[in-house]
Amino acid sequence: METPLLTIRGLTRPGLEPVFLDLSDGEMITLSGPSGSGKTLFLRAIADLDPNNGDVQLDGLDRNAMPAPDWRRMVTYVPAEAGWWADRVDAHFTDWDIAAPLAMRLLLPAACGGWPVSRLSTGERQRLALARAFVQMPHVLLLDEPTSGLDPAATAAVEGVLREKVSDGIAVLLVTHDRAQARRLGGRHFRIEKGCVTEAAR
Amino acid sequence: MKDFITLDYGDVAMAAALVLINAGLSIWLQLGLERRLLIAAVRMVVQLSLIGLVLQWLFALVSPLWTATAAVLMVLFAGREAMARQERRFSGWWGFGLGTTSMLMASFLVTIFALTGQVRPDPWYDPRYAIPLLGMILGNTMTGVALGLDSLTTGAWRERVTIDSRLALGHGRSEAMRSVTHGTMRTAMIPMVNSMSAAGIVSLPGMMTGQILAGVDPVDAVKYQLVISFLIAGGTACGVLAAVFGGAWRLTDARHRLRLDRLAPPRG
Repeated sequence: METPLLTIRGLTRPGLEPVFLDLSDGEMITLSGPSGSGKTLFLRAIADLDPNNGDVQLDGLDRNAMPAPDWRRMVTYVPAEAGWWADRVDAHFTDWDIAAPLAMRLLLPAACGGWPVSRLSTGERQRLALARAFVQMPHVLLLDEPTSGLDPAATAAVEGVLREKVSDGIAVLLVTHDRAQARRLGGRHFRIEKGCVTEAAR
Repeated sequence: MKDFITLDYGDVAMAAALVLINAGLSIWLQLGLERRLLIAAVRMVVQLSLIGLVLQWLFALVSPLWTATAAVLMVLFAGREAMARQERRFSGWWGFGLGTTSMLMASFLVTIFALTGQVRPDPWYDPRYAIPLLGMILGNTMTGVALGLDSLTTGAWRERVTIDSRLALGHGRSEAMRSVTHGTMRTAMIPMVNSMSAAGIVSLPGMMTGQILAGVDPVDAVKYQLVISFLIAGGTACGVLAAVFGGAWRLTDARHRLRLDRLAPPRG
């Protein structure tokens, strides 16, 4: 049996019951649950963004064996509403030339790299935050409602890019409110209720 | 050098009459300020009179131990004052300790530098020079440190989403905090820079004015004031640097997480 890409053993924090979960490369897992059930807490704990307990390994390598920034470049959490620290859009990207074609596939104009961040709509910000994470080529993406502010066309574009990245070998753990989206994306589906994660039918 | 005009208590009483006129105005115009005004005036009289006696006693002793004790007490009071000026302060010991330690380090370092390098009294710890120098340096350092810590903690709170996004992308803690720490350093240094550029045109610095009143030649008083202003600049920079970087360190942890839970809830 092949070793999974990401192994989560007894991951816990206030508001989250211990989670045991394996994620293989090229696997897409969707996660849903009511508001306040701990979806965001769970994703943030995997990325080690809040104090938490438990073992999380990538390719058999424990996250505590490396500096946290190295871990987060490989296991990247993308919040539903991301922050922007510079004035121009392209200043947030390690390499805008790589990001520009991706932005176009996400139905954004290629020229938006030169825009001020203040000009972006919520939906544009959400897609650019996704592109910003993709450019760093993470092994695992933890996406917190990545299409919550998008219209159907933009949602389809995001899902198309996600499918392609997954077939390239990236593992995705995606939180969604939309059951239809979970069905479209396929893969295993988990429910989280009162901080308790369980596998469920889609 | 006793060519200054000594004031007696009658002179003080005459000047104090102005406060009574203020109080009368407040009653006449129903401003409701008279009570606070009088209490503040009485407090000032008591505090300054006591300090006068303490300084007289301290200057007569010229004891390194008592001078150091007075200096540490001054820093502790400054630390309390700096803490009171913050809206979101660190919880626990850090709330008092961070600002106080920064001020202690900066003001002691700069005062000792001044005593051994430029002013050079004999002995070097002569309280007649050590205490006023420390007082001036500490007062300005406190303004910078209090401003810096307040701006750091409120800035980190306001920009928490941005800082968190940077951390999530794998930026290190100091990189993620940079926009806040840099803005904070500027905020905390600006009063010191402004007071230097306005000195002599808009305002006559208090120490220089005091020396002139005491009969010192204005050119000599200016030299003294220049040294003091540079010392203040050095002390403020030192204290602000320590407080802001110490604070940014405390607001994040070894696993590069933003730890706003280490701040006490804001006062309502």
